[in-house]
Amino acid sequence: MKPELIKNAAGRLVPRIINDQEQIPFQGIGKFRPTGRKAAPLIPTCIDFPADGRKIVPDLKTALQKCGLRDGMTISTHHHLRDGDLVSNLLFDTIHEMGVKDLVWFPTASFPCNAPLIPYLEDGTINRIEGSMNGPLGRFVTEGKMHGTAVLRSHGGRVQALQDGEVKLDIAVIAAPSSDPFGNANGQSGPSACGVLGYAKADYLYADKVIVVTDNLVDFPNLPMEVEGNYVDYVVVVDKIGIPEKIVSGTTQITRSPDRLMIAELTAAFLEQSGILHDGCYMQAGAGGTSLAIGYYTHQILRQRGWKARLAFGGSTKYMTAMLEDGSLEHILDAQAFDLEAVRSIAKNANHYPYPVFNAYNYHSKGNLSSMMDIMILGATEVDVNFNGNVVTHSDGYLLHGIGGWQNCLFAKCTILPIPSFRDRIPVIVDNVTTLCGPGELIDVIVTERGIAINPQRTDLLDKLKGSSLPLVNIRDLQAEVERICGGKPDKPDFGERSVAAIKWVDGTVIDVVREVKV
Amino acid sequence: MNKIGIAGNCGKEDRSDCQVILELTESGGIQVELTSKVKRLYGKSIEADCRKGLDFFGIVNALVKINDNGTLPFTLAARIEAAVKQVFETSAEFLPPFLPQNNYSTARDCWRRARLYLPGNSPKLTINAGLHKADGFILDLEDSVAPLKKEEARLLVRNTLRQVDFYGAERMVRINQVPRGLEDLKFVIPHNVNLILIPKCESVDQVKQVDNEIKRIANEYKLTNPVWLMPIIESALGVIRAYEIAIASPNVVALAIGLEDYTADLGTQRTTEGRESLYARQALLNAARAAGVQAIDSVFSDVADLEALQKAVQESKALGFDGMGCIHPRQIKVVQDNYAPDAAAIDKARKIVKAFEEAEQKGQGVVALGSKMIDPPIVKRALRTIKLAESLGLLNANWREENV
Repeated sequence: MKPELIKNAAGRLVPRIINDQEQIPFQGIGKFRPTGRKAAPLIPTCIDFPADGRKIVPDLKTALQKCGLRDGMTISTHHHLRDGDLVSNLLFDTIHEMGVKDLVWFPTASFPCNAPLIPYLEDGTINRIEGSMNGPLGRFVTEGKMHGTAVLRSHGGRVQALQDGEVKLDIAVIAAPSSDPFGNANGQSGPSACGVLGYAKADYLYADKVIVVTDNLVDFPNLPMEVEGNYVDYVVVVDKIGIPEKIVSGTTQITRSPDRLMIAELTAAFLEQSGILHDGCYMQAGAGGTSLAIGYYTHQILRQRGWKARLAFGGSTKYMTAMLEDGSLEHILDAQAFDLEAVRSIAKNANHYPYPVFNAYNYHSKGNLSSMMDIMILGATEVDVNFNGNVVTHSDGYLLHGIGGWQNCLFAKCTILPIPSFRDRIPVIVDNVTTLCGPGELIDVIVTERGIAINPQRTDLLDKLKGSSLPLVNIRDLQAEVERICGGKPDKPDFGERSVAAIKWVDGTVIDVVREVKV
Repeated sequence: MNKIGIAGNCGKEDRSDCQVILELTESGGIQVELTSKVKRLYGKSIEADCRKGLDFFGIVNALVKINDNGTLPFTLAARIEAAVKQVFETSAEFLPPFLPQNNYSTARDCWRRARLYLPGNSPKLTINAGLHKADGFILDLEDSVAPLKKEEARLLVRNTLRQVDFYGAERMVRINQVPRGLEDLKFVIPHNVNLILIPKCESVDQVKQVDNEIKRIANEYKLTNPVWLMPIIESALGVIRAYEIAIASPNVVALAIGLEDYTADLGTQRTTEGRESLYARQALLNAARAAGVQAIDSVFSDVADLEALQKAVQESKALGFDGMGCIHPRQIKVVQDNYAPDAAAIDKARKIVKAFEEAEQKGQGVVALGSKMIDPPIVKRALRTIKLAESLGLLNANWREENV
């Protein structure tokens, strides 16, 4: 039977029902308003917990049994240990051993280190992944091999899905670099220190059961209590939760590519000349090589002008902590520490403050940090001539990246995508994005090595930069130049009928789907 | 067994390139086996381009294996042609279209502060090179190309000259040493090269041979744009003969020095202080000035150390050099900025240009500044300094209205 498809407000055909759940198609930016009350977990009672506060159980299997794990449950993990995470694989090894089936894995992100889970997707231990997929898992899903349909949400969208009750989380398993026996946990110390546990907060608030897994048990009270023990059911101590050298992200070096440095320099020049960079501004920070280079160049500008940025939000690195320490930056609100220098800075500097995405990105909330940001630097695999952006698939149709906070961040005052105009012969500027992740009306500027394209809707920016020395280009001219270089438009991949993944918009509506690619 | 032609590179680092393996067969038409990470998106295009190339050379039966790493069409065409030319002899050339914006000429005394060397057989480095705004780009056929790759590199450099936009920068090719380099000229001169670098030059005869071969090709193809020459002095003998070399042809516009080979020739090594080569640099500079051509310094090889580069350029400028070769795009800006005229030079040029313009208005043939007479070449140089200072943003376009 063919699934029933509906054309959403962005003109994309999306299924009415995904994984047996009725969906709301995307209605336009700011159009969908949820009603009702927040979802809530089960009420526990302290008489079921040890009075001495020791919630330690012998192993993960015992903890899962005590949590009442059974077929069809939804279980979450978090990616603060990034590609060094050992806990998700241990979790599903244990579940597989217990013979439980049809689970929904609800990670904040997956990494190439999770490739060993593919057999569990094949044998039905895991029915589907609702979370972002990188590397081998993305390939597996795109080729239509997963039983259920993947659901991709932004970090904020994920919080919103828990809060709105769209996802009922049965068990949250939180890998903790340090924990006390009561379950107070943080990411700042221990052999697998990762800085902050910014992604886990919604999970411990909304899950029925919460398991903390640590390789570094410390005496009560473990400060700071980034995960509060009052929400934790069981604590499991294992030998090792992570591989330290892989916890630190591989992308936290400034790019050495001359083309990318050029894009970064152009972006910084744009920020300066447009007046968007100013004394007291709020800037977002990422850890990609180009993004770090932009940070470096903006740091130079701040110093030359004697300005201070009031706030940086996002993933922190040694480059950002250097700004904090020399006074070019007053605060870091940190969702994710990308390198060891950042981990150290959080522990010693009160103005370097862990700030979970929970507080920053949820669209169904009383306001968000993302819309307050002056400068937002993001990436994309593709951008189309109407400035629509894609971050999850490549032009060949393969799902290879997660949404992360990307959609949430589009609400900043100025969203800039510094991207190369083509990669390995593949044009980045296209007629129509393969997968729509963010509507063009929220994407303001595209900076490429071949010039800067400003969204025609941003007449204010266009007026301001009239007559500037910046290489401003029309996005269609840019596209034509790139297609000339690449030898014409690329062919479209051979898509099948099946939707293998749904892309949620920040408000929980379905903005697009990823179709199966025929091998 | 049939003869097999193999061209191009397909290592992990060889992005934007491909390896083509061509084997002529007795029957069965053209069989293309393609491995490519862009196969889903450009597989059909690659195959069609391949067939077009083989058809051009009249090949009807062949097995072609292409191992592609994101090759652009002009590189693929060069690789196919190179493979074909290993299998049988032909002088036919499978040319991609010539970009109209690449048809320009350069002035004999245009700025040559920073010229970026690009290995002629590495397409990934040339595709976006023009964006980095060097004064010139050198497509190198000499030292950066392995001996076995010389033939295929010529074809790739030729296609690069036709297809890559260098945004108005001077288009240069470093040929191989004469006499081998004379053969290189046939492949590049018809495609609007602005300047030829003659490596390891140590005689007038070498310059004349190159110059004559260029004239011959220019006549054959009815070319009108000038092709300038920049001999590179890289030996003790070359230094001794620098002046003769500089005046060997009116097309010589600059002398460059190559210190790696020169110091080897002396039996010593390059040092940071460069005392071992000070004589050669000054001798070359003196010869260049005597001949009325530019003097270009040797490359600075530590690409990571931009501060040391800056010092080296400042010192080079103080010696009198006009420019330096670059081996990484990051060096370009440092080199350009530090060869740029300083405040005192700009100020002097302003006074000279003003005096010149006033004299012109008054119809005076002689330009004087105070009690000093100014010769026409000095006026010309001052005009160029002003033009450069304006283009670098060191001087407002309306400086004439400002008080000096």
